[in-house]
Amino acid sequence: MTNPLPSNRNEAWRYSDIAAVEAAWPLPDPENIMVPAGGDFARAIIQESGTIHQINLTIGAGANAAIHVLNIGGAYGRIELNVTLHDGADFNLGAVQIGGETQTLEIVTTVTHAEPNATSNQIVRSVLAKKATGSYLGKVAVARDAQKTDSVQDVKAMVLDRTATANAKPELEIFADDVQCAHGATVGELDKQALFYLASRGLPPAEAKKLMLQAFVAGVFDGAQAQEEFTDKALAKLGGLV
Amino acid sequence: MLQIENLHATVGDKPILKGLTLTLNAGEVHAIMGPNGAGKSTLSYVIGGRPGYEVTQGSVTFNGQDLLDMDPHERAAAGLFLGFQYPVEIPGVSNVQFLREAANAQRKLREQEPLSGGEFLKLAKEKAALLKMDMEMLKRPVNVGFSGGEKKRNEMVQMGILDPALAILDETDSGLDIDALRVVGDGINSIMRAPDKAVLLITHYQRLLDYVQPDFVHVLADGRIVKTGGAELAKQLEAEGYEAIAA
Ligand SMILES: Nc1ncnc2c1ncn2[C@@H]1O[C@H](COP(=O)(O)OP(=O)(O)OP(=O)(O)O)[C@@H](O)[C@H]1O
Ligand SMILES: [Mg+2]
Repeated sequence: MTNPLPSNRNEAWRYSDIAAVEAAWPLPDPENIMVPAGGDFARAIIQESGTIHQINLTIGAGANAAIHVLNIGGAYGRIELNVTLHDGADFNLGAVQIGGETQTLEIVTTVTHAEPNATSNQIVRSVLAKKATGSYLGKVAVARDAQKTDSVQDVKAMVLDRTATANAKPELEIFADDVQCAHGATVGELDKQALFYLASRGLPPAEAKKLMLQAFVAGVFDGAQAQEEFTDKALAKLGGLV
Repeated sequence: MLQIENLHATVGDKPILKGLTLTLNAGEVHAIMGPNGAGKSTLSYVIGGRPGYEVTQGSVTFNGQDLLDMDPHERAAAGLFLGFQYPVEIPGVSNVQFLREAANAQRKLREQEPLSGGEFLKLAKEKAALLKMDMEMLKRPVNVGFSGGEKKRNEMVQMGILDPALAILDETDSGLDIDALRVVGDGINSIMRAPDKAVLLITHYQRLLDYVQPDFVHVLADGRIVKTGGAELAKQLEAEGYEAIAA
């Protein structure tokens, strides 16, 4: 099957670097992952070289899947996850993207609660400097009889320079009535008062910023397979931005 | 130690300090009192180098160095400490972690060896004990969820750890209960009462001055020092008010 090259008119590619997509075209087939009923699955993705990852993940009844993402490298890096949850399944995403220069980084998720009692929890933190663009497009779809769905999208971006761009678009499409969906997206800047407070104690501006950014992304990688590697690489990348 | 000469400063283009002159010598404790909005906190921020506070005239010299020419963190490394009227909450950043980094950043600028984790923790424990603050609080994120009084106590623990030459303490006494006021007063004396140190206490009340006795008391009104006296001036102000004395 050959898909046509997407353009910025395609919702899921709205903020993408289409020239970079074209250079990578045709994309390899998405990776298909099936977690069997009652199973446990974990994956850690560190995107360091400007690649496009597309994953179709199906989580069987009562199974758990956790995906951790660190999206930091290359001119264009995209992580796309299409997740389907069956009865009582649980999906966790912890993602951090950190971009500088003219990087375009994005995380695009579609999480479908196909059956009742499933839970999904997505935490996404983006830090953007210079002329970088970071996007999160996340659709949560709850099927008609997927009662007792519990879904969270917790999306925050921190913009270090006025020239950087953060896009956050959590979206809900709900056809069941007994569901709990919490979604929030914020875009902010580092608290100037806090930066002065830290400076007044002797921290140089870069150190103060790094400390606050470290706090901003803290916790996202808790429980990740490669937690230490994630944290080290995230801090190194942050250190280069401040 | 600190010479402030004819200092004029604006905040958001609004003139707040209008020709303030003040000298602190090593070994002295000065108190500044004055009505709300007189410019006391502004003075502390200008000395600390807070962005947005613009000096339009005058000079501030600290141990012979032009303070206004230095970045806030360089001022700290030179020995300046600000006790904030409203200490800032910083979610996710632990007190001990940031203080150790701050202390070592100061030491680096002074070309001193950094403190090891063990050395720092020992120092932090000692100062927390001095201020009767639970070490557990020092591990929590900076000021987050602290009560008003706990924040002020935390400021003094930080001062103890950073060991400055000059401390400007902006209403450190407000928000403290009666016992905490004594603990903080004793803490200030123990940390800062030394021949090579000086303190500028900004306060509205005589109470703190019973514990930390000032050598000089100044009245700041409308951006200027309008009256200077000894410790008795504070008592007189408390009894009679600013209108009568500084008008
Ligand atoms: N960002 C700002 N823009 C304009 N005016 C400001 C700003 N910040 C402070 N001011 C004004 O500057 C004046 C001095 O404020 P400052 O906080 O220094 O007073 P203070 O003497 O510390 O008062 P208090 O005793 O209430 O603490 C006040 O009139 C205040 O409204
Ligand atoms: Mg004030």
